[in-house]
Amino acid sequence: MASSAAAFGVSTQNRAKTPGWRLRQSVITYVSLIPYVAFALFPLYITLVTSLKSKQEINNPNLSPFWALGITIENYQYLAEKTHFFDHWMLNTVLVSVFSTAISVIIGILAAYALARLRFRGVEVFGVAVFVTYLVPTSLLFLPLINVINFLDKFLHVRDTYWSLVLTYPTFLIPFVTWLLMGYFRTVPVEVEECAYLDGCGRLRTLVTIVLPMALPGVICAILFGFTLCWNEFLYSLVFIQDELHKTLSVGVVTELIRGDIYFWGSLMGACILGSLPIIVLYAFFMDYYVSGLTAGAIK
Amino acid sequence: MAISKAQDGVQSSLSLAQPLERSWRKALGPDLDAYGFILPAVIIMTALIVYPFCLALWFSLSDGMLGEQRHWIGLKNFAYILQDRIFIQTLWNTTVFAVSSVVLKSVFGLLLALLLQRAARWKRFFRGAVLVPFVAPTALTTLGWWLIFDPTYSHINWALKHIWPLNLLGLGPFQWLGNEHLALAVCAFVNFWRGLPFFAVTMFAGLVAIPEQIYEAAETDGANAWRKFWHITLPLLRPVLAVVILFSTIFTLGDFNIVYVLTRGGPMNSTHLFATYSFTEGILNHDIGLGAAISLFLFPLLLAVVIIQLRMVRKETSYGI
Repeated sequence: MASSAAAFGVSTQNRAKTPGWRLRQSVITYVSLIPYVAFALFPLYITLVTSLKSKQEINNPNLSPFWALGITIENYQYLAEKTHFFDHWMLNTVLVSVFSTAISVIIGILAAYALARLRFRGVEVFGVAVFVTYLVPTSLLFLPLINVINFLDKFLHVRDTYWSLVLTYPTFLIPFVTWLLMGYFRTVPVEVEECAYLDGCGRLRTLVTIVLPMALPGVICAILFGFTLCWNEFLYSLVFIQDELHKTLSVGVVTELIRGDIYFWGSLMGACILGSLPIIVLYAFFMDYYVSGLTAGAIK
Repeated sequence: MAISKAQDGVQSSLSLAQPLERSWRKALGPDLDAYGFILPAVIIMTALIVYPFCLALWFSLSDGMLGEQRHWIGLKNFAYILQDRIFIQTLWNTTVFAVSSVVLKSVFGLLLALLLQRAARWKRFFRGAVLVPFVAPTALTTLGWWLIFDPTYSHINWALKHIWPLNLLGLGPFQWLGNEHLALAVCAFVNFWRGLPFFAVTMFAGLVAIPEQIYEAAETDGANAWRKFWHITLPLLRPVLAVVILFSTIFTLGDFNIVYVLTRGGPMNSTHLFATYSFTEGILNHDIGLGAAISLFLFPLLLAVVIIQLRMVRKETSYGI
């Protein structure tokens, strides 16, 4: 890190701002950034390389583990043919993420609008409650939620199915979405809404036709983050679901693909790549929304 | 209402009813429909957060297996864990894990944010690349680290043995996840890897928000880069830094995935955190009361952090909350 310290340490005085100085500065900057990028992508690279190797190559201690000599898709074939990776885990994860996100974003939009705009008794208490619940970690709630799920099972079959996740994921999504959207709604000018009221729009219609389109980046951001949080969730899924066919990706991979024998690395790493890929692709297309959501959550 | 109508007719009934309704309306605020807007959120949060939380409190104060009738035992669960050697170990592990990884994330996050700010070209590429660990599924990326630190397949051990000039050091092979001290360090390291982007990107946003004129003014006064950093960047970044550190501390204290995937709390309980130990006692050993008591131990700490944070946010923004 000595070089990165130099990047903003040694540069002195404006007198030195010649083209040569500028070039040197940017070289230092980019050279210092490379280790960070390499560090961030290193495990993903290792995962990808291992997933493309044959068993023999992985298990040969004399061959470098850092790159592959030949490329094989046998590990991915194994995942498709011998495991429930695609037909159940992937599908379950998509279903759970879509449903939980949809529920949470709709409920979050309503709550955030009330918090951002409407004046009513208890607005402060509700705001604080949202913030506190936003910070309650899932590790505090997983034990009692088992009881809640068992209770609800008397009315609807949710126990040991992925529907229990659709039910419980909103517990961490709604506070987050509400908190995020509140900030976006506050940026919409009040005057626009007042015009809509004067034209005879009801509250809900104003929200849907005027406020939501203006706060669209926030809504997209909430959907993306909600989807990502669901996709990556691990603890609830691990605790609530034992049925192999109802497991989500992360839990299915961790609990079903790790076996006693030593030959599982290739398919395990393949599963990691395929399980991360949808989120990374989504992220690549909507990076700016992710960044703005990340900073809005912490700064607002 | 009926009486007033009978006595004086319409006019007096209005004059009597109006002040009543007005005071009731005044008490609830002008926007009554707000209650309809927050109702779904309130129902879900009550049923799935507040109620379970109370249930967790009850679990921690009672005795009985999962699904059985529970009996009140007061603070016995808490008394038990406080003299439980594994729990004391867990407290220590959590402290080391959280402090070391949050310190690392703060220092390198700030460095990375400063570098990102200076990189004019390929800004999107760099920002995008360093943010990947934060969006990819933690359990799956941690499996990648698991392979890297595996005793037989460890890439680091291989590099220490085969790659010049590392092989000249004569180090290794290390039992990364089998050694009591190394295992916790590895867990904290992976947490650092995952959390670094959050720090960097958030602080980067904070850096961009600092007005350029302040730096220009300092430059005309002859300030060098270090002075600008110490007297402008750092003080103006402090609120953002504080919020990010508090957020990260909370999520690091509640971490489960990384430790579960890498070590499941072992070897010799040297990597147990609140969440993994609570999982072990509550789910694997079926002692739900003990599990709840362990996870609730985090709550006072959490509350303190939330209060500090709310105070800070209040101070900095004109509106409530």
